[in-house]
Amino acid sequence: MSDLLQVRDLHVTFVTPDRTVNAVNGVSFDVRRGETLGILGESGSGKSVTLRSILRLHPEHRTRWGGSIKLEGDEILTMGRGALSDLRGQRVAMIFQEPATAFDPVFTIGHQIAETVRRHTGKGEADSWNRARELLEMVRIPSPAQRLKAYPHEMSGGMRQRAMIALALSCNPSLLLADEPTTALDATVQIQVLLLIRELQREFNVGVIFVTHDIGVAVEVSDRIGVMYAGKIVELAPVEQMVDAPRHPYSRGLLASTVHDGMRGQRLEAIPGAPPDLAEVPTGCSFAPRCKFVQPNCVTRPPDLREMGGSHLVRCVLADAQEAGVAA
Amino acid sequence: MDSLVPVEDRGGPAQPLLLASGLRKHFAVPGGLLGRSGKVVRAVDDLSLSVAKGETLGVVGESGCGKSTVARLLIRLLKPDRGTMVLDGDPVDEPHGITVNELRRQVQMVFQDSYASLNPRLTIGETLAFAPKAHGLPAAEARARVRDLLDKVGLDPANYAERYPHELSGGQRQRVNIARALALRPRLVILDEAVSALDKSVEAQVLNMLVDLKTELGLTYIFISHDLNVVQYLSDRVLVMYLGKIVELGSVEAIYGNPQHPYTRALLSARPSMDPRRRTKEAPIQGDPPNPIDPPSGCRFRTRCPFAEDVCARAEPPLADTGAQAVACHMRIAGSGHSRAAAP
Repeated sequence: MSDLLQVRDLHVTFVTPDRTVNAVNGVSFDVRRGETLGILGESGSGKSVTLRSILRLHPEHRTRWGGSIKLEGDEILTMGRGALSDLRGQRVAMIFQEPATAFDPVFTIGHQIAETVRRHTGKGEADSWNRARELLEMVRIPSPAQRLKAYPHEMSGGMRQRAMIALALSCNPSLLLADEPTTALDATVQIQVLLLIRELQREFNVGVIFVTHDIGVAVEVSDRIGVMYAGKIVELAPVEQMVDAPRHPYSRGLLASTVHDGMRGQRLEAIPGAPPDLAEVPTGCSFAPRCKFVQPNCVTRPPDLREMGGSHLVRCVLADAQEAGVAA
Repeated sequence: MDSLVPVEDRGGPAQPLLLASGLRKHFAVPGGLLGRSGKVVRAVDDLSLSVAKGETLGVVGESGCGKSTVARLLIRLLKPDRGTMVLDGDPVDEPHGITVNELRRQVQMVFQDSYASLNPRLTIGETLAFAPKAHGLPAAEARARVRDLLDKVGLDPANYAERYPHELSGGQRQRVNIARALALRPRLVILDEAVSALDKSVEAQVLNMLVDLKTELGLTYIFISHDLNVVQYLSDRVLVMYLGKIVELGSVEAIYGNPQHPYTRALLSARPSMDPRRRTKEAPIQGDPPNPIDPPSGCRFRTRCPFAEDVCARAEPPLADTGAQAVACHMRIAGSGHSRAAAP
């Protein structure tokens, strides 16, 4: 199967006069056409920074890059301004957590979608407005012709998020980046938007990277899930394997500490401590200070991401030991 | 009265700790001629509830349902337009009752935003000592209390008392906010989305701590959250709100095991499944919650309800006891005129 996106050993470091943040420390993954990769992580894990790197949305003068991001063979990290501008919105589109800030408040929804269609496809005025109406219909906004004339503030949160999805899909992108798109929505609206994204993804055969902190949401939309911690992917597996048999102590801890049905009265298995400061480049496993299975060789050098069979990747010395047949 | 001794129980175990009846809060919407648009947000409408001693009452609902307004009314950060409150037998803010200040000593609150809730210019120790000192505790005793409070919430006093809020992580700050809420030895703590901003691994730590503190200090909680799983984990009884009204109220087993109101059912089945082999196929209800300005007539849920009939637009369903829980739905009221209701 051909890969749509290849990320290899991505490093992102933000440098300001006061401090340095090693936000992403060697992330590699592929995304295929028509597949949804969920990236699960807590705040500061580098999940959003990774996602934004694919569109190079970080401030150029403060960001140091390493590694490679290839979309259909084209290297994004060294791409010129013109090519980058064509890439954004046309080949790769993004939806954000807060649709109210992603739309310009002084233009109507229709104006903003039609403008994007015109910019990237060269369609005429009337054609691009027709396309905008079709798109609103496609994301199931009721009475789309009237809604074209609405300003962002006149729509509810769920409607705005649908409109943003319409805007993102307006130029038939091959890759859709979703940065916590349902986090700000109410529960009954969240599930509608998740189902919509899943459906449109199939219809458009688009690759999706869905970043979230919510395990339930990740399980609902993803084909594969990557768990990030301190700027690295610590585990990457098909969704069934991730839910049934997580291997990394952090993934296990995350699943165990998430409250769900039937946990009433039980004590929660909390992960002690807090994520590390990203000012230092880690010398060992970043999770070691919080890990209950920590061993001496955890702190000497960072563990590699190892294949555990069935395209299940784990970054842990414990997995190495299990692989070698040593009792862990 | 020395206000820093724990308050004695007055009404006995059967007396509810807090009784609120007929609480109403409407907000005028600015705009229009002379700033009077005549529109009001009906944030909370004729809401009555009771909280028993030692229980945890969960409050769930979507944004705009009025759950945070309820919290602010109960602690009198907002003055209700009408309605009365009784704290352990004493009417609040009435001639023969207790004052609002006394209410606020016995009822404390923890908010969602851990950073905005703390004064950035005070150290953690100063923040925690502030209220006890204001209530007349001598400085040395206040310092001892700070140490005790930090111990209780799992922060080493030697390490944290001298720090400022910006030096702490979100989870640590929320521990400080909980410690501050406990500084005056309250009986009821209102937790308004208190763990919602925390990462899951930290949320679990704070939830465990809340359970421990409740047992240790004999507290009563009102736990407000949009997260149905966390509410199920902590609560004894659950109150479900929709557009300023209670739609269902009952034990956690009844609400989660046998929900009666169509909205409660929709809310519960909108939860992600956590099972990739049995993913949600269809959203339980369509559309967004309507604007609380001009809510629908009759039953406020009828515009999204798959079972709505004429009667639902005509009459507002009262909160009726069905045995295990109370439900505000015409389908559960015998003889209401709804085709699914039992004969009178």
